[in-house]
Parts: sequence; structure tokens; C-alpha cells
Amino acid sequence: MKRSVQLLLALTAALSLAACSTTQPEEEQVDTTAQEDAAAQAEAEALARQRAAEEAERQRIAALLENNVVYFDFDDDSIRSEYVELLEAHAKYIQSSGKSVVLEGHADERGTPEYNLALGERRAKSVAQLMRTYGVSDSSIEVISFGEEAPANPAHNEEAWQENRRVEIKYQ
Amino acid sequence: MKHILKSIVIISISLMALASKAEIQIYITEGRSDARPVAVVPFKFESESEVQAQPPFDFAKIIADDLRRSGKFNPTEISKLPQHPYSIEDVKLEQWRELGVDGVVYGTVTQTASGNYMVSYDLIDPFNDKAIFSSDIEAGSYPIIPTSSHLMVLKTKIVDNDNFRWGAHIAADEIYEALTGERGAFATQIAYVEVNRNDPRPHQLFVADSDGFNAKRIFASRSPIMSPTWSPDATKLSYVTFENGRSEIVVQNIASGQREIVASYKGFNSAPAWSPDGSKMVVVLSKDGNPELYLLDLTGKRLQRLTRHYAIDTEPSWAPDGKSLIFTSDRGGRPQIYRITLADNKVERVTFEGIHNAGAEFAPDGKSIVMVHQANGAYHIAAQDLATGQLTVLTKTTLDESLSVAPNGSMIIFSTVDGGQKVLSAVSMDGRFKARLPATVGEVKAPAWSPFIL
Repeated sequence: MKRSVQLLLALTAALSLAACSTTQPEEEQVDTTAQEDAAAQAEAEALARQRAAEEAERQRIAALLENNVVYFDFDDDSIRSEYVELLEAHAKYIQSSGKSVVLEGHADERGTPEYNLALGERRAKSVAQLMRTYGVSDSSIEVISFGEEAPANPAHNEEAWQENRRVEIKYQ
Repeated sequence: MKHILKSIVIISISLMALASKAEIQIYITEGRSDARPVAVVPFKFESESEVQAQPPFDFAKIIADDLRRSGKFNPTEISKLPQHPYSIEDVKLEQWRELGVDGVVYGTVTQTASGNYMVSYDLIDPFNDKAIFSSDIEAGSYPIIPTSSHLMVLKTKIVDNDNFRWGAHIAADEIYEALTGERGAFATQIAYVEVNRNDPRPHQLFVADSDGFNAKRIFASRSPIMSPTWSPDATKLSYVTFENGRSEIVVQNIASGQREIVASYKGFNSAPAWSPDGSKMVVVLSKDGNPELYLLDLTGKRLQRLTRHYAIDTEPSWAPDGKSLIFTSDRGGRPQIYRITLADNKVERVTFEGIHNAGAEFAPDGKSIVMVHQANGAYHIAAQDLATGQLTVLTKTTLDESLSVAPNGSMIIFSTVDGGQKVLSAVSMDGRFKARLPATVGEVKAPAWSPFIL
């Protein structure tokens, strides 16, 4: 990105110089050329800014999309506010790419396995629900719960439990 | 603490070539000081065959280990036995009265041919000379001497190398029933899931004898296995498998290995529970939006919805009479146990103590339920009397789950975390006896105690 902005600025400068060096232009012409040059420069700068902003946004989204795990509080299926931006990015990407996703719901080992299977599904469904509000169609989402059966961290402590209460977004 | 013997007794150790490497071992972690003293005399070995091959296992030791593992008996150390009788004529009653034991078991193992044995054994009550009248011992099957009136059990069995241990468990059941009036549950099996992360198929379903021996792997998968449960005739297991990428309910014939998928609906398929007559199964499906109980007719594959609530409804367990079920629901905000009556689908709440109760099962007499009860952030096994509502916490371990009650109601097996590993554990119905059952390989979970095996 940086490189293309620099290139644009260089081009604009070169063009202005070329315009200035035109021999004996008429006054009006000179004025018009100067105005046109200024406008072109402003336009180019705006374009550059817009492109820069677009590129920054693209990078932000790319960074968000690289992260495909959402974590939950104990015995809870509500989505923490910190993940809303992430899920919006995935929702937009699912629509723009035409891909579909499997939302894998998981629970930590506390409580009973069959209840945890239901809890994992609930978590995956609350992710699916939020994605739908961003326009993702039902047919692009599949919800699968693994309950406590597929821990990300097989240890039996608080740290592992935090890592295991999750929904994984898996692109198909 | 004075009522509790904190000693750790190794009950079952891997033996010889017959031992499968996936066995679970049983360590008694909390014994009872009021366990009744009994004596199991080492059996005499005789051979009618020219080859003097010792039997594969010690029949008397299996009986003694079973009795000790029940928590109700404390078999006397062999070195402290006053005599080693092999028949009723040898028994010196006064010596056993002096030792103060409630029962004396003795017997003979006779090799009739290579790998075939006839095992004869008796149980006598040294203090009761009318014992014989309360038992089913046939008149004329014992010598007419005064000691014979103390007989409580008098049996002969034909066994071979393959069912030698099983024969000893049946003998232990007979002796246990004669001494307690309650049917024994030693000749039963345990199904459980082992997770060995070093194996290419880490999730493995096993069936082992109740003492952990004779473990056989009946299914292995790359994907998780959940919720094994026995058919009432003990010939099949139902469980949840993820082998096709999502949860499905399978029924597997244990002897033939034949498998059939009985539920593979949209959403998840979980928590199978056979009806007491074996014709139906209650399963938990989320196909209609959220987890509900459904009655599945196994012959016609018809499905009937039982619960109707936006909350989680799961973990069904049949009442022994087949007329109602208990299940877990968080319809009140947190998981609690509810009961549904099949005649009218009426639902009532059963548990009120504690903020989280789940995974409940009826005791075989239907008078109490056992559940996973959360107190102060820890998950314990607890029992609740259905008539009084009184709840008793039975365990001290803090991550208990997946409980299963022995068919005679004497013991509960469950999964917990101990020493950083997922292990099986057992606790007596009164909470006074505890044992730890780690696997020799990997982690073990989801135990299911079989029904009585005939």
C-alpha cells in the first residue's frame, strides 16, 4: 500500500512539473492548467486516502478472519461484545465468498457430558444467530456440537477450561 | 476419620497373558471399619488328569477380592486363618468362632481334563447351627454330621479356562447373597470409554468384568464416543458416535459386533436410554430446534416427542417400572432434575437443593435417585430419597460425572478427575466405601454398569 501511495504522489509531482515547464503559456491557459493541476492533485490525494483506508480495512478484516475461535463464559452461551466485530467480519466474508461454514460448539468438562453437548450446540447456535443478523443465510451455516468430547486443551484446570468453552468457525 | 480405614489396598493387578493391557485397576481408597469379617480359605487343587496344570486363576482369591470390593466384607488375611479345611468334615467350628468371622468359605478345584475344572465350595456360618434351614441346599447332598447344619451354601460348578473367573464371580454372588440377603453384582460387566491420545483411533469403547479384568475393545474411532448404555438383557450397547462427523446413536451387539444406526437426525442425537422391557429407547434430539426427549420405538422406528420446552431437556433415566423418566432441564434457569410421567406427559421438578443437579439415574428399587450435584463450584455424586427429598452428598472428588448404578443398587460407578487424569471411581450407595479405578493406558470415562447377566 505504502508503495502505491508514494508512486501516485511522485506521478502527480512529475505532472505538475511538466505543466510548469510548458513554454510561454497564455495567461488563461496557465491559470486553467494550474487549477486543473491542483484539482487533479487533490483528487489523487483523496483517491490515495480512500485506497489507504480501504487497504487498512481490508487488512483489519483479513486479521479478523484469521481468528476463527470465539470463547464463552462458564455455563453461558451469550457472545461477549469483544467478538461481535470478529463475527461480523466472518458473516460478510461468508456472503462475499459464497462459502459455507460449520460452527463447532464445545464445552468445558465441568458438569455432565450430555448436558454439555446441549450447551455446545447452544453456543454454536448463538453464533449462527448473530451471523444471520448480518445477512448470512441458514443454508450457509451448519451447527455441530461436540460438547466436552473434543477439548482444545486436554488438561483439567481453569486455563484449559477457558480454552475449551468455544465455538470454532470452520470454512468448508 | 476413626470409622474409616484410609489404607490403600490393591485388589486387582494385571495377571499373566490373559490380562489385556487396557484393563482398569481397582484401588480401595476408603474402606469401612464395620466391614464384616469373613474367611476365604485357599482352595485345594486336585487333578484327575495326568497333566497337572494349575488353574489359570486363584478361585478363592477372586471370591475374597469381590467380597472386599463390595465394601461390606473384610476377608481375613490367609496367614491368620486357624486352619485350612477343604470339606465340611475338616471344619473345626470352635476355631472359627474364636476368630469371630461371620462366614467361612472353603473348597476344591479338581482338574477333570486339560483346561477343564470342577469347583466345589461351601459357605458355613460358624455361629448358626440352623443355617441350613434357611438355604436351598438339597437334603442328602451333604454328610449328616453336626457341622453340616451350619452350611449356608454348598455348590459345584464346571468351568474351563475361559469362564474360570466368571464362575468365581458367580460363586462370590452366591456367598454375598447368603450373607446379606441382597443379590450380588460381581458377575456383571462395565462398559467404558478410553481415550488414548497416542493411538490413531484414540476413542475406544471397552467392556470388562466388574473387577476390571477381561477387558475387550468393542469399537474404536478417530472421533469421540459418548454415553454407552446397556440393553436390559445385557446383549447390546447403545452409544453416541461422531464417526460420520456429527453425533449419531448406534446400537451394537456385543457378541457379534454388528452395529446399527438408530438415530441420525438433523441437529444432535444423544443420551440413549433403553426402556426396562428393551422395546423402546428414549433419546435426546435437537432436530426440532432445541434438545427434547423423544420415545423411539426400536421395532417400528417410530418417534414420539415427549417434552416441549425451549430449555435444554436431556439425560433421561427410566424409572424401574417404566412408567416415568427423570431428566435434566434448565427450564428453571439452571440445570435441575425433573420427572415426566409417560401416561400424561406431565412434568414435575424433583431436585431443589443446590444450583446445579444433572445426569441423574434411578436406584434399582426406584426409591431414590443418584445425580451429579454441584456445591461450591465442585461436582459431587449425591443421592436423593424420593419420599423425603433428603439429599446426601456421597463423594469428595470435585469433577464427578457420568454415574451408573450397579444392578443391585449397592454401588455407583462414575467418572472423575484424580491426579490430573480422568479415571473411573466407585462409591457405595451410603458413601462410606470408595474406590479408584484408573486405566493402565490413557484416560477413562463414561462408565456404564451392566444389568444382571444370567
